Amino acid sequence: MKFLCIECDEQMIFEQRQLPGDGTLAAAFRCPRCERVVAMLTNPMETQLVSSLGIKIGGREVPEQPLELVRSEVVGGRDDAFADADPPLPPQAPGTVVWSLAAVERLEGVPRFVRGMVKRIYADYAKENGIAEITPEIMDRARSELGLEGM
Amino acid sequence: MMLKHRTYAEVKGGDSSRMAEQVNAQQARVAERLAGVKACVAVMSGKGGVGKSLTTAAIAAACAARGLAIGLLDADLVGPSAARMSGVSSTGLEVDESGVDPATSPAGVRVMSMDLLLDDDAPLAWREPESESFVWRGAQERSALREFLSDVRWGDLDLLLVDLPPGTQRLIDLAELLPRLDGLLVITIPSAASQSAVSRSMRLAADRGIRVLGVLENMAGYACADCGEVRSLFPGDAGRRLADQHDTTLLGRIPFDPDAAGHADMGALDQIMDHTVAGAAIDEVVGKLLKAIA
Ligand SMILES: [Zn+2]
Repeated sequence: MKFLCIECDEQMIFEQRQLPGDGTLAAAFRCPRCERVVAMLTNPMETQLVSSLGIKIGGREVPEQPLELVRSEVVGGRDDAFADADPPLPPQAPGTVVWSLAAVERLEGVPRFVRGMVKRIYADYAKENGIAEITPEIMDRARSELGLEGM
Repeated sequence: MMLKHRTYAEVKGGDSSRMAEQVNAQQARVAERLAGVKACVAVMSGKGGVGKSLTTAAIAAACAARGLAIGLLDADLVGPSAARMSGVSSTGLEVDESGVDPATSPAGVRVMSMDLLLDDDAPLAWREPESESFVWRGAQERSALREFLSDVRWGDLDLLLVDLPPGTQRLIDLAELLPRLDGLLVITIPSAASQSAVSRSMRLAADRGIRVLGVLENMAGYACADCGEVRSLFPGDAGRRLADQHDTTLLGRIPFDPDAAGHADMGALDQIMDHTVAGAAIDEVVGKLLKAIA
């Protein structure tokens, strides 16, 4: 889909996506000329139809993770299904992203079935956005923008 | 008054939802991942309860015993059993951003199945509200199948076997997702009911240009545990009839073998292959199947 600012006859540009947590989705588009912003709001069914195809409205900010749909959407996954559930280590090399203690604690609350993937997604998000330290606040932001509901 | 403005086609900028782009990228990832797979064969039956999954796992093990690199993908997401049938018990699959390692069975078959991922006896359930789930369940299962194809590090394989659930939908999904489906192996039991159930699916496969490599008839008699003599179990000769009707080969008739069933419960496929009447019959089928693929 495309959004057109009729007044300016200008195609609007995807600005951000938010998932309020009730199964709905909001995608904001901005007119590059008049700066007007509109939001597309989809109901849970429309949101789900798109996500069940493994697709993100507005495209992807961070790379798709292996088995992303299976790991994020399946209920009742085994704790020991994947070997990547260990908490992040304190960073050794300069340039690697730092996890605050509170962020590590919060990550430990994520089910092990999906934890390793969530860890990589947050790290990718931090890298993408030039964030040096992952804190619970950063996790909240990434969660909303990337659509990590239930993770 | 009608607003005047440009249409979708007249707005030349990229599609900001980038859906088509994402779908194309998904498809490309499947092709890329399977570039090292020489042949991909789906295994289908018309109904459940014909021993398809055990037979498929046994065929995979027999291929591995011949020194071939074999993958087994369980496309039955709702009733998965490939890992158990193949004797895989460990999980803890290795994963990084490039993909997930399949499990490896004692026979050396690379296995990916939902039963590696779900808690014991947990049904496949999705996160959404159940009320409207029928709308997207099909799409989700198709996406999961796509991820099993594209996100698992299958590596170089001589043969990737795909164990299909009953019905035709997953076969259609698979044919659409794969760059190339090399053929279909049909499993039936002797009964007329099984014959008619799978015959429909075979017609659909033919309509889609999918080659049927052959038919295998399971539970074709009963192999006496003491003397090995095969006695009649089910009336009918569905295997022969299907092969004639659809102009393909009857690859073999596998007797029901209580010994084999016992070993299967313990996930001891090697015992089946090496020491049972059924195992010997399956190995013969494998020889013919490999010839049909080549
Ligand atoms: Zn404007």
